[in-house]
Amino acid sequence: MPLLLRILSQNKSLIGLVILIAAVSFASPDFLAVGNLLNVLRQTSINAVIAMGGTFVILTAGIDLSVGSVLALTGAFAASLIAGGHGLAIAIPVALLAGIVLGALSGLVITYGAVQPFIATLVSMTVLRGAVLVYSNGTPIDASGGPASDAFGNIGEGYVLGVPIPVVIAAIVFVGCWIALGQTRFGRHVYAIGGNENVARLSGINVTLVKVSVYAVSGFLSALAGIILTARLESAQPTAGAGYELDAIAAVVVGGTSLAGGIGSMSGTLIGALIIGVLNNALNLLDVSSYYQMIAKGCVILLAVLADRQGRTS
Amino acid sequence: MTRKALPIVLAIALFVVSTSMAQAAGKIALVISTLNNPFFVALSDGAKAKAKELGYDLIVLDSENDPARELSNVEDVLDQNVKALLLNPVDSDAARAAVRAATVQHVPVLTLDRTAKGAKVASHIASDNVAGGKMAGSLIVQQLNGKGNVVELEGQPGTDAARDRGQGFRQAIAASPGIKLVASQPANFDRTQGLNVMENLLQAHPNIDAVFAANDEMALGAIKAIQASKRKIVVVGFDGTPDGIAAVKDGTMFATIAQQPALIGSLGVETADKVIKGQSVPSSIPVPLTAIDRKSLGPS
Repeated sequence: MPLLLRILSQNKSLIGLVILIAAVSFASPDFLAVGNLLNVLRQTSINAVIAMGGTFVILTAGIDLSVGSVLALTGAFAASLIAGGHGLAIAIPVALLAGIVLGALSGLVITYGAVQPFIATLVSMTVLRGAVLVYSNGTPIDASGGPASDAFGNIGEGYVLGVPIPVVIAAIVFVGCWIALGQTRFGRHVYAIGGNENVARLSGINVTLVKVSVYAVSGFLSALAGIILTARLESAQPTAGAGYELDAIAAVVVGGTSLAGGIGSMSGTLIGALIIGVLNNALNLLDVSSYYQMIAKGCVILLAVLADRQGRTS
Repeated sequence: MTRKALPIVLAIALFVVSTSMAQAAGKIALVISTLNNPFFVALSDGAKAKAKELGYDLIVLDSENDPARELSNVEDVLDQNVKALLLNPVDSDAARAAVRAATVQHVPVLTLDRTAKGAKVASHIASDNVAGGKMAGSLIVQQLNGKGNVVELEGQPGTDAARDRGQGFRQAIAASPGIKLVASQPANFDRTQGLNVMENLLQAHPNIDAVFAANDEMALGAIKAIQASKRKIVVVGFDGTPDGIAAVKDGTMFATIAQQPALIGSLGVETADKVIKGQSVPSSIPVPLTAIDRKSLGPS
């Protein structure tokens, strides 16, 4: 019992999630259907993967606004490679590598260029979105029709032991990120930099390397999300990922991570992403009128953040 | 001193020559809501082709779906002595200031595809979205033999297109008592949202016979969800984009209501030309839509 209480007190947002699920289940009997729960998990997996990358960045008191654009561009690369007849063994590593490079570039501008993360990633968000338009000529890139198209589509639509593959991917990413953040020196350095960057530097931490790394991780996970999204639609949209940075940051913040850096957890982010995913699902199930949806979403997010702040006196 | 001055003088001379040359041909501006969408790309291409034919220099500016950007684009082109402004508003309610800026400088304004509410323009050229929605509704009623459950995927709340297509659709199915609208949810004209929303609706409603999506992107997303569910549902989209038509061809989409965006752009330039020459033009020019289904595509 004390362990449960400890988990709850560390993750106040979990209480919010539980209350939300209870409320939705009460209002709509369709919510708890296995098929629906799997849908919610699958729909949430993309935001969850991006948000987990964002957690590393935000913990260092940074921010990454370019995640949606990286998602779109890397997804476009993957789609055109698949459509061009290449196999998964080429398309996926190329897309992931592109994500790492694009993320690292932002990191380099932020560290060596001494540019504020907000500005640097705002710039990359804009430039990369333009790059997507140029690359795709403003039209969707169809990933079907190639020899590897079915295998690619399976990433988005397939199941492993009854669990949707995107959910499996998100789960693996969660375990990896949780270990990296909580059990490695790298993770400790991330927290240290977020707590007090100067002290971290003085105590011998290679701040530049860690910072570039977290942005590279964010780019990598955005690319992974791009692959999942493109696979799900079997098509790369030039508008893919637009606005995703806000959902990702919301998930991170709702999960208890501070935008000022230094405080937060991977499990919190996962819960934050689930709150947003459950909410989107509930709005559809309850046939909430379109004009009220955004108000409802904003209110729930605000409540979740306030509930989390309650327990913290700082 | 002269070595530094020479390139500057050359640049100024080039600038003067190029702008005066451009003025000789007559300039028309097209301020378009976005070029991030094949529909508007086609509209812009249609306008460009007609402008070339008629000998006008067409300036195209992208407002990137931002009304503030649109206003500054309009102010920018007004500085360039254009003879007419073709405006495709990002938001019909937020375009008044842009139209006023042009009217104050005596530049005639024509709106394309979306209206500018509360502003007086020389002409409005657009598909009749209400008629298109009605067409879609009638197709569904016909296909379901007047009986069944229907779901609507709405476009971005607040846009004319979403409102009008939905309105026309609901009018058509209201006329048929056996057709029941069981859910109407927004998917913001986006393919991914169409997919997610349709998945959720399939969970909530065990009996859906048909879906009307206010654009092809949402329809294509919905089709993915329907295919995964292995249920038989009639899907009707809107726009007639290349991906949409491909889906009609391979049978996954029943029909799409095609606008003719290139024709809208072309008619826009043609009408602007008439206005510039002082001829009278109708205040509203509805551009015909066509329903594209398997039959109309013919043997492939």
